[in-house]
Amino acid sequence: MLSTSYVLLTIVGCGIVTLLSRTLPFVLLKNHSLPPLVVELLSFVPITIMTALWVTNLFTQHLGHLPSVNYENLFASVPTVITAVITKSLLWIVLVGVVSLAILRAVM
Amino acid sequence: MTDELDIRTAIKDTLPTVFGYIGIGLAFGVVSQSVGLSVLMVVLMSAITYAGSAQFIMVSMLVSHNPVVSIMVAVFLVNARMILMSTVVAPYFKKDSMWRNIFIGALLTDESFALSMNKVNYTEHKMSFEWFNTANLIAYFTWMIASGVGALLGQLVAHPERLGLDFALVAMFIGLLYLQVIADRSLAKSLQLIVILAEAVIIYLGLIFIPGNLLLVVGTLLGCATGVVIKHAFY
Repeated sequence: MLSTSYVLLTIVGCGIVTLLSRTLPFVLLKNHSLPPLVVELLSFVPITIMTALWVTNLFTQHLGHLPSVNYENLFASVPTVITAVITKSLLWIVLVGVVSLAILRAVM
Repeated sequence: MTDELDIRTAIKDTLPTVFGYIGIGLAFGVVSQSVGLSVLMVVLMSAITYAGSAQFIMVSMLVSHNPVVSIMVAVFLVNARMILMSTVVAPYFKKDSMWRNIFIGALLTDESFALSMNKVNYTEHKMSFEWFNTANLIAYFTWMIASGVGALLGQLVAHPERLGLDFALVAMFIGLLYLQVIADRSLAKSLQLIVILAEAVIIYLGLIFIPGNLLLVVGTLLGCATGVVIKHAFY
């Protein structure tokens, strides 16, 4: 059984860490501007970060070796991408994704 | 999406994303409950730490009794990408007060970030406190409630993984990526596709020797650098 004080301490500690990661750039950039090259670099953040989050979920990591393919997530991604192209609606994309994985797990 | 930046529009823009939070929030509640966290602790973690996918890592580390400091380091690494996102968003709020800046930052999430980057494509790169704060608050309360409900439901569902809810977040990333590509007019479509492919290769190779948590930040920065180089060389 996990002690309440241990869980609470972790919740608050991690809360502080997360809060600082999110707010410090706002505080530091309030009265300063970034150099143009950095701005250009950051313009790629939205697509690279979403790609990184997606691709890391398509593999299982084995440090020092090639990652193995997470076939469930890979196959579930196919109808999800098709839904994105057809509907351009986040709601449909998420629904089709979840249902795809549920069906895959039922048949695999 | 339109160029309006008021609260009503923000609600309309954000509502489609709540299903992603609901799915993954329910999944988080179910999983945490099943390993011994109380409903109260689940809700408190979502309300105070509010760290999305990093909360799954917190729970697994709690269960194996890791030191609090180790868990904090892990959460920092997983959410270090937040530093990047905040850095991108902050310039839009230069004219707002410091407290408003901190408030926007404190509740920034992957989804409100991606949604806002999508939105500015329609508003000539303007952003308002009302719009962003509304998107943030909807995400925050949906996440908190969904994880609490998940923890309650967890007592009823025997095999939660069969529902496929853990894919909700991945599906949302796919959707937000696609919507970003079709909406962003500042970068050529072909350039965006090349950068996405390059990023996928970087992540695949990175998985071999960079620990997963660090990889998100290192891989993202490498992908951005690749984008800048290709843009200057060919566009």
